[in-house]
Amino acid sequence: MIELQGITKAYPGAGAPSVSALDLAIEDREFLVLIGESGSGKTTTLNMINRLVEPTSGNIRVDGEDALAADPVALRRRMGYVFQGAGLFPHLTIAENVGITPRLLGWPKPEIEARTDELLALVRLAPEEYRNRFPRELSGGQQQRVALARALAARPHIMLMDEPFGALDPLIRDDLSEDYRRIHGDLGLTTIFVTHDMTEAMLLGDRIAVMKDGLLVQVGTPNELLNAPADDFVRALIETPKTRARRLAQALRDAP
Amino acid sequence: MNAISEAWGYLPNYLSSHVLLSMSALLLGLLLSLPLAVLAARYRRFGGVVLTLAGIVQTIPSLALLALFYPLLLLLSEFTLETFGFSFRALGFLPALLALTLYSMLPVLRNTVTGLGNIERSVKMAARGVGMTPWQSLTLVELPLAAPVIMAGIRTAAVWVIGTATLATPVGQTSLGNYIFTGLQIENWVFVTFGVVAAAGLALVIDRLLALAESGLALRSRNRIVAAAIGLVVVVGASLYPMLAVPRHAVVIGAKNFEEQYILAALIRDRLSAAGIESRERDDLGSSVIFRALAAGDVDVYVDYTGTLWSNAMKRTDAPGRKAVQDGVAAYVMDKHGIRDLGALGFENAYALAMRKDKAEALGIKTLSDLAAHAAQLRIGGDFEIFSRPEWKAVMDAYGLRFAVRRQYQPNLMYSALMSGDVDVITAFSSDGRIAEYGLTLLTDPKGALPPYDAIMLVSPAHAHDTAFLNALKPLIGAIDLKTMQRANLMVDRPDNKLSPTQAARWLEQTLAH
Ligand SMILES: Nc1ncnc2c1ncn2[C@@H]1O[C@H](COP(=O)(O)OP(=O)(O)O)[C@@H](O)[C@H]1O
Ligand SMILES: [Mg+2]
Repeated sequence: MIELQGITKAYPGAGAPSVSALDLAIEDREFLVLIGESGSGKTTTLNMINRLVEPTSGNIRVDGEDALAADPVALRRRMGYVFQGAGLFPHLTIAENVGITPRLLGWPKPEIEARTDELLALVRLAPEEYRNRFPRELSGGQQQRVALARALAARPHIMLMDEPFGALDPLIRDDLSEDYRRIHGDLGLTTIFVTHDMTEAMLLGDRIAVMKDGLLVQVGTPNELLNAPADDFVRALIETPKTRARRLAQALRDAP
Repeated sequence: MNAISEAWGYLPNYLSSHVLLSMSALLLGLLLSLPLAVLAARYRRFGGVVLTLAGIVQTIPSLALLALFYPLLLLLSEFTLETFGFSFRALGFLPALLALTLYSMLPVLRNTVTGLGNIERSVKMAARGVGMTPWQSLTLVELPLAAPVIMAGIRTAAVWVIGTATLATPVGQTSLGNYIFTGLQIENWVFVTFGVVAAAGLALVIDRLLALAESGLALRSRNRIVAAAIGLVVVVGASLYPMLAVPRHAVVIGAKNFEEQYILAALIRDRLSAAGIESRERDDLGSSVIFRALAAGDVDVYVDYTGTLWSNAMKRTDAPGRKAVQDGVAAYVMDKHGIRDLGALGFENAYALAMRKDKAEALGIKTLSDLAAHAAQLRIGGDFEIFSRPEWKAVMDAYGLRFAVRRQYQPNLMYSALMSGDVDVITAFSSDGRIAEYGLTLLTDPKGALPPYDAIMLVSPAHAHDTAFLNALKPLIGAIDLKTMQRANLMVDRPDNKLSPTQAARWLEQTLAH
């Protein structure tokens, strides 16, 4: 379980805080989607959980332990992180990228190799074909699969994902998010997933947390949000998929 | 043909010293620059200061930078001797190493800072995100990504250092510059060309190998990196190999930067060698550098001139006569530095003002007093030392000499300048064979403003009581008269049928035997 208690991030020199007094609890094995417009503070919130960004105030507890008192490097090695735009190391092979966190943890070499192959297979990249390639030789979707494998390598039970499929073609994107939803269930992971796409949020999330201007506006299951939106902003946001489906049906009907 | 084969003969010694010096400087420079650059990339303000300082070092003329380190180290050495009871050799390798190290730093610093600065933020973020410590992020991600750019900086530094190392010769460090400095002095253009080509060739080979390593890093091609590493090891190893053959504690023979000194050094070398004493030479040293080097034990034996020490080291301005000056100098060097004056060789090599005979006759100039009346319309040429030496001031004051123009030359080029009419008067050396050869008029010194300049052999404190050593050299005392020395000098100086200093020394040795 991850508990965020009144966390605030105010960058020095910036006007309003990027994240203000945010309270949120994420259950074990839950798939939580964090949604909001660009600049609403999603990445900042996610980064505070593994302390890539240090909160200005507030408390963070991970599995009951005070995360702000823990060693940040050890904390990060216990969590998987998939970056916006993959963030693979261009000078390392696919296998070296995937095996990086186990290597930092000092796993024996054969174990790392076995784990790497296992993960490449899990994200549906043939190990013998991709192992020794470099990131630049892969398509965007394939790179994102590698980034996913890398995040899973050290068997974390918490996954932090920042718009992981945002830059991909729609078909590949649907493919990947379906794959990931399955992996999340199979491995019993706790996932916090950032997106700005409500369709993706509703398809993936057990619960959805809506952010606006650094504030948490509402948290709930897709149905709770649909049936009882906290305000007009949430209502507009949650209804975008339905509105678009309706407009699409209309357009198809009107088409010659 | 002769000169080429002689030049080849020096190559193992010069090249190995050159490679050892430049590679050591490059390595030391890297060891200093890399950590500094990492800090500079992290802390902006510190980076600005470091890069500015390295930039300033770069604007100091390289020869001056090399020259500055000698007195600096000498002071330091005296300090450590007094405070901690040990001293170190201030001449030769150390000053050259430090100056070249400083010189090599700018390109490495600049490229490393740029290379680290150009790494995308997202990659550094990912490094932290997967759980790297700052050190791991630096060594596993940032430095490898910046490696090709850093390598390009190392290449630039290598080419600079190999080129600049030729200037280490005047501070007593043998290098490929020995060809150039000695060749320039004895007008042996084969030597000069040989030195230039060897230094450029070495720079080119190292540059190509480093370029291979750079492309290997950029393309992550292990084969290229390994090939480059093997190439570097082979080139550096092969160049250094001859060093292993040179005895470690060989005696060092010093020489200043003109023909007579080269010949006498060769003569001393042959004498010592006949007595079974191994020696090395350090050529092209300045007058004050060489004397301090002897006192410090960096040089073991060389020939100096009484007047030079009388005026410069002892700061005397009177001229009490040849014998009195000789005795005064011998007592001074022993009392003050423990240096043994073995005695006078038998000839004088005085500073004397010389003019072309036709010009001197046309103006009716025979003495320095005559010269004073015309000096304001005349141009004078001198070597690099004379105008800042006390003797010069003494002569100027005694006769009220003021010249229209003053020019400085490499000693041998002075004569060409006089003959071609670029200058009207030169500060010649009385033992120079070219005075007779060109029929120059030497102006007399009726007021005795210049001291006598008897050639004397000086021996370092360490060998002052070394009987075998002293016995090998003693037969030279009182054995060389002015005519003989002038003839030997001319053999090296004359434009046609030139001999090398070694050949002239052999001739001299044979002449002495009769
Ligand atoms: N390092 C930073 N320094 C200053 N302001 C920042 C920094 N990172 C983010 N911000 C600001 O914080 C706000 C939230 O950013 P972010 O969390 O990246 O939003 P989102 O991920 O929802 O698009 C934005 O206004 C952004 O400009
Ligand atoms: Mg974001």
